[in-house]
Amino acid sequence: MNKFFTWWKSGAPYIWLNAGAVSISLVVVVGLILMIAAKGMGHFWLSDIVALDYRTSALEDSTKLVGEITGTEFVDAEQYLDSLSPEIKAKAMEKIGDARTVERWLLKTGNREILGRDFRWLDSFWVTNMQKPKDLLMIERVEWGNLYGTLQSVQQAGAQVSSQASRWEEFQTRLQRVDDLRDDIRKLEKGEMSAISFKLEKLRLKGKRLALENKNTPEALKQLGQQEQALYAEYAVYRKELADLYQQIARDSVVIEVMDGQRVTLSMDKIVAAYLPNQMSVLEKLYHYILRFIDFIVADPREANTEGGIFPALFGTVLMVLLMSVIVTPFGVISAIYLREYASQGVMTRLVRIAVNNLAGVPSIVYGVFGLGFFVYFLGGSLDALFYPEAAPAPVFGTPGILWASLTLALLTVPVVIVSTEEGLSRVPRSLREGSLALGATKAETLWKVVLPMVGPSIMTGLILAVARAAGEVAPLMLVGVVKLAPELPMDGNFPFMHLDRKFMHLGFHIYDVGFQSPNVEAARPLVYATSFLLVLVIIILNLSAIVLRNRLREKFKGMEH
Amino acid sequence: MAETPGDVNAISKVTFRHRCRMLIDKLTALAIRAGGAGVIAAIILIFVFLFIVVLPMFGGASISLRSEYPLQGPTEALIYTALEESGELGINVFANGEVLFFDLATGLTVATWVAEDAGLNGIKYVQALKGNQNKLALVDHDNKLLVLAPLYRVSFDNENQRVLTPSIEFPYGDEPVAILESDYLNNLASENELEYGEILGLSIVGDDETLTLAVQFNFEESSRVLLAYYEAEEGDVLEDPVEAAIISIEQENAPIILMDESALWLYIVSENGVVRVWSISDKENPELVTSKRVIPANQKITVAQLLLGGSSIMIADDRAIVTQWMILRDENNQYNLSNVRAFNSYSTVTHLLPEPRRKSLLTLDENNRALFLHTTAGRELLRSQSLGDDIESISLSLRANMLYLVDRANQVKVYAVHNEHPEVSWQALWGRVWYEGYSGPEFIWQSSSANNDFEPKFSLTPLAFGTLKAAFYAMLIATPLAIMGAIYTAYFMAPAMRSLVKPGIEIMEALPTVILGFLAGLWLAPIVEQSLFAILLLLLVVPLGFLLFAWLWQLTPVAIRNRISEGWYGLALVPVLIFLVWLTFTIAPVMETLLFAGDLQSWMLQEFGINYDQRNSLVVGIAMGLAVIPTIFSIAEDAIFSVPRHLTNGSLALGATSWQTLTRVVLLTASPGIFSAVMIGMGRAVGETMIVLMATGNTPIMDFSVFEGMRTLSANIAVELPESEVDSTHYRILFLAALVLFGVTFIFNTVAEIIRQRLRNRYGSL
Repeated sequence: MNKFFTWWKSGAPYIWLNAGAVSISLVVVVGLILMIAAKGMGHFWLSDIVALDYRTSALEDSTKLVGEITGTEFVDAEQYLDSLSPEIKAKAMEKIGDARTVERWLLKTGNREILGRDFRWLDSFWVTNMQKPKDLLMIERVEWGNLYGTLQSVQQAGAQVSSQASRWEEFQTRLQRVDDLRDDIRKLEKGEMSAISFKLEKLRLKGKRLALENKNTPEALKQLGQQEQALYAEYAVYRKELADLYQQIARDSVVIEVMDGQRVTLSMDKIVAAYLPNQMSVLEKLYHYILRFIDFIVADPREANTEGGIFPALFGTVLMVLLMSVIVTPFGVISAIYLREYASQGVMTRLVRIAVNNLAGVPSIVYGVFGLGFFVYFLGGSLDALFYPEAAPAPVFGTPGILWASLTLALLTVPVVIVSTEEGLSRVPRSLREGSLALGATKAETLWKVVLPMVGPSIMTGLILAVARAAGEVAPLMLVGVVKLAPELPMDGNFPFMHLDRKFMHLGFHIYDVGFQSPNVEAARPLVYATSFLLVLVIIILNLSAIVLRNRLREKFKGMEH
Repeated sequence: MAETPGDVNAISKVTFRHRCRMLIDKLTALAIRAGGAGVIAAIILIFVFLFIVVLPMFGGASISLRSEYPLQGPTEALIYTALEESGELGINVFANGEVLFFDLATGLTVATWVAEDAGLNGIKYVQALKGNQNKLALVDHDNKLLVLAPLYRVSFDNENQRVLTPSIEFPYGDEPVAILESDYLNNLASENELEYGEILGLSIVGDDETLTLAVQFNFEESSRVLLAYYEAEEGDVLEDPVEAAIISIEQENAPIILMDESALWLYIVSENGVVRVWSISDKENPELVTSKRVIPANQKITVAQLLLGGSSIMIADDRAIVTQWMILRDENNQYNLSNVRAFNSYSTVTHLLPEPRRKSLLTLDENNRALFLHTTAGRELLRSQSLGDDIESISLSLRANMLYLVDRANQVKVYAVHNEHPEVSWQALWGRVWYEGYSGPEFIWQSSSANNDFEPKFSLTPLAFGTLKAAFYAMLIATPLAIMGAIYTAYFMAPAMRSLVKPGIEIMEALPTVILGFLAGLWLAPIVEQSLFAILLLLLVVPLGFLLFAWLWQLTPVAIRNRISEGWYGLALVPVLIFLVWLTFTIAPVMETLLFAGDLQSWMLQEFGINYDQRNSLVVGIAMGLAVIPTIFSIAEDAIFSVPRHLTNGSLALGATSWQTLTRVVLLTASPGIFSAVMIGMGRAVGETMIVLMATGNTPIMDFSVFEGMRTLSANIAVELPESEVDSTHYRILFLAALVLFGVTFIFNTVAEIIRQRLRNRYGSL
């Protein structure tokens, strides 16, 4: 006992406790990132489809279920039994025996339009006859989620065109055709047709503007009318083409037998992809895994963002961050140079430095509020009144958009760039500056040719940190320009290509929206994890590069000082 | 040596280049100064702008005389004025039956309608239909009733100017109804053994399908109130009432009768100060629910009016006090009139005008001075000078931005009223407020509702409370972990491990909070709900387990013990931690079954009445603690690590153990730095938005329980600002919330920053 007290008094246990705090933090960080990675990346793996028999509510009979097992949980047997109705309870008690916990499986049954739901919890002890039939098919659809079943036949215009043996190959080739057609439709809709709508809208605004400026002479109006006619005529041609394409894409259909023997006919234009996971080897699965991951990054979202890809969100995030960088870098660097090289180092500069440091700690939502009030309503409203009177009452810049979001985030991250650049400037040895000045260079030349090149990596570090912060920030963006679903990207083929007034989608907001606002959270969850993982990955890479850059820079200056 | 012209050229070239360089130098300096100053100005602008948006809320009201002209129209008395929505036109009703639309700015008549055309004999009473301010009920000298609705059609003329064209519609048909003469009512009268006398006053409520009338009439020496309920379809002529009843009023001859907008309550206010409240939801059997003297015995009530929504009655007496009363159920479930608040006027109030769309009112005293009040805010917005002499009638436009006064000499004065934000006062924002329908003053945030007569509840206190609560629980989890971790990392950890741990924690700081929030809401919250006991047990098991392991380790042979130096303890404990967590989750269900009958939540509810909310403060505390740990950690670690080595070396040389050195020398020196780390962490926790938004239910409750949620200022802004109307009171209050957040975090950070700078100087001098 005495030994214990000496040990206790030596302070060693406290050291252990302190060490414990570090290990908790480490385990939590690493654990969280690994969990997000596992849950997110698991989404793209094609797991096997099982077919099983499960009790019906009447217990006498059993029903056949098909799907993927996506989760397992163990519940306390007693609590579980309490939740059952008396008749079922008796049977269940027999089955469970004296086990203390009950294993339950979450089965993704798909076929939402038939069952009314995607997921179902199963009590494992009631499952019998679980198999993995080779011909079970998983079909990703444009709507209603996944479909599980077996392929019966392929039809063209209602007539069967496949033999029993060749149906899978036939299905694949026709699916490829549908895919190509879908690409054509997309190109037409997003390309030519959207360009015409864009031009028509421009013409409409031009007409309104002429009227406002009292220049709506008959000649001008006639000219506008002619242009409009020409565009409409062009549009009509494309519309016909589009209708044609839609007809073609709906030509084929497949007959699928779902779990209870019911046969459904599915038009092929509703099918995104079809897999036979139970037949695939691990390598094949890996191949599809990569394909599915790429598809996740480059495809548009479907079904209220709960399925499909995240391309618009990724694109919006990147574009917003780029715009922000373009704004934040010069201003941040100039302020840092001003504070360090030009301003007289007095109380004022110290105060400003404290204020700048503090701004990094001001809640981001406050920037959002400022952005909404000042940029969107005040600046944007004034811009609209001055330059876009023809669009009224619809706002152009007087509504949240990507420009205002970038500006708001630039304001939010400017302290990061200032602090980092200042740190770099303070590390440039005085002797170098003095040497340059002694050789007759002006202050500007010294700055430009001697100091700035050395500060470059610091600026870079600051910028990377700023980008990392901006990419993960959501709260202010909810106020100044992010939407759950943007009909158009902020950059497209229509002049002037960059549409700074448009709203955009964002990865962080996508996570919030899909995770919390979507009607089918269970189905959307893997997608949210995948999106989260992508965002975390981007931010970790950015931060790591900033850290590496900073360390290198320190080494470099250390060498110079001695 | 003679200079060649070429040399002259060279020299001038040099001077030119020199000048250019100097110019560039100056320009650069200028540009940098401008840019630097610009960025700093932008930073100041944030504060200034938020302030500018917030400021108008506290400005009070003002009025300004717009125009003044003699009243146009017949010489007969003006009995009613109603102003149209935008305050451009108005309608005047005269006793002889003339109804004139007039231009508010000039007083010129723009359209006329005569009551005789519809078969009315002059006009005796006009009442705006409660529940629909646009409709007017007219009663003529023969007790005939006609409801009319002035309509204003908006069109644009050739110059694109807005033109209002007035017209009149009859929503209940254009045939007047004799209100005291139907068979049904005659039967009712004979049942009650009385006759209908002269009409003394009326109150009328109606929507598209129904119409309820309370008519006060003369009978013998006293008066009675006839309550009649009509059903009518839009455009249909009113027929006999469907239900009716007669309420007798004791002795007083001219009480004020008021009916609320949904025709559920009838208030009979007698001059001597007694208010009787009748429940009239059953129109055939009205029931007196309470009767109360609302002023001292020898005083008199001068005017009484119902506030918007009809739940409160405003009463002015000759002591010049305006009081607000509400019907509330007392503890015995009896209805009772409660005095909610009182305002002081200048002198006896002669007119009392509730605003049509807000819980505001305007009083006019016997000296014609106006007083603008808002009931919820308990705020006096303006005490005006005398607005004119002998004012007879006063009306407010629907938006309450125009005031129309007619004096005894038939002179009209039109005032513009600027009263944008009456709902805000210090009391309304931060204090307890007695809202309509509540039994006492409370802190409530409820900014919007579906109905129009809703009383907005703008108390920021529950939100500020939620913010502090969330920050408190987050700090409770983050502070010990972060500071202990910082101590270990800075003082004990092996450099090789430190070079990995520091960037690791920095990366944790960059983890987007939206991801933490998502994990907290969708992953952690269900886990905590399911294994609450295990999570709580972890708080005990983990530190004890660490200590036990440390003790056991101490007992191992020195050869093994020395394999791991102090610097690697952190890593050595990782498997221990994982084991402890596994152990806890295994034993917790068994212990829970033994101790709490298998369900901690229901046990807590039964034993202590503690409610359990799935998205609660514990979840927020864990998630936000995680977000705050890196902030506190890196600043505290810096502070400890930069304690000069010679101090620690000195202490160790004097024979102190490393732990003694740490607690007596290092921590003491670094304590201001650690304090500033906690401050900055607190600032971050206070302003964090996404985690609280996603991990709590966002209900603005004031409950300190760790198992209940909260709504924070930041989450509230994120949820409500996008839907808020620009420049409305709600919008400005949300800006105020942002300003509060800005101010609080700015103070936290500044204090922390100043402490750190001082610390740096001190280290420098050591």
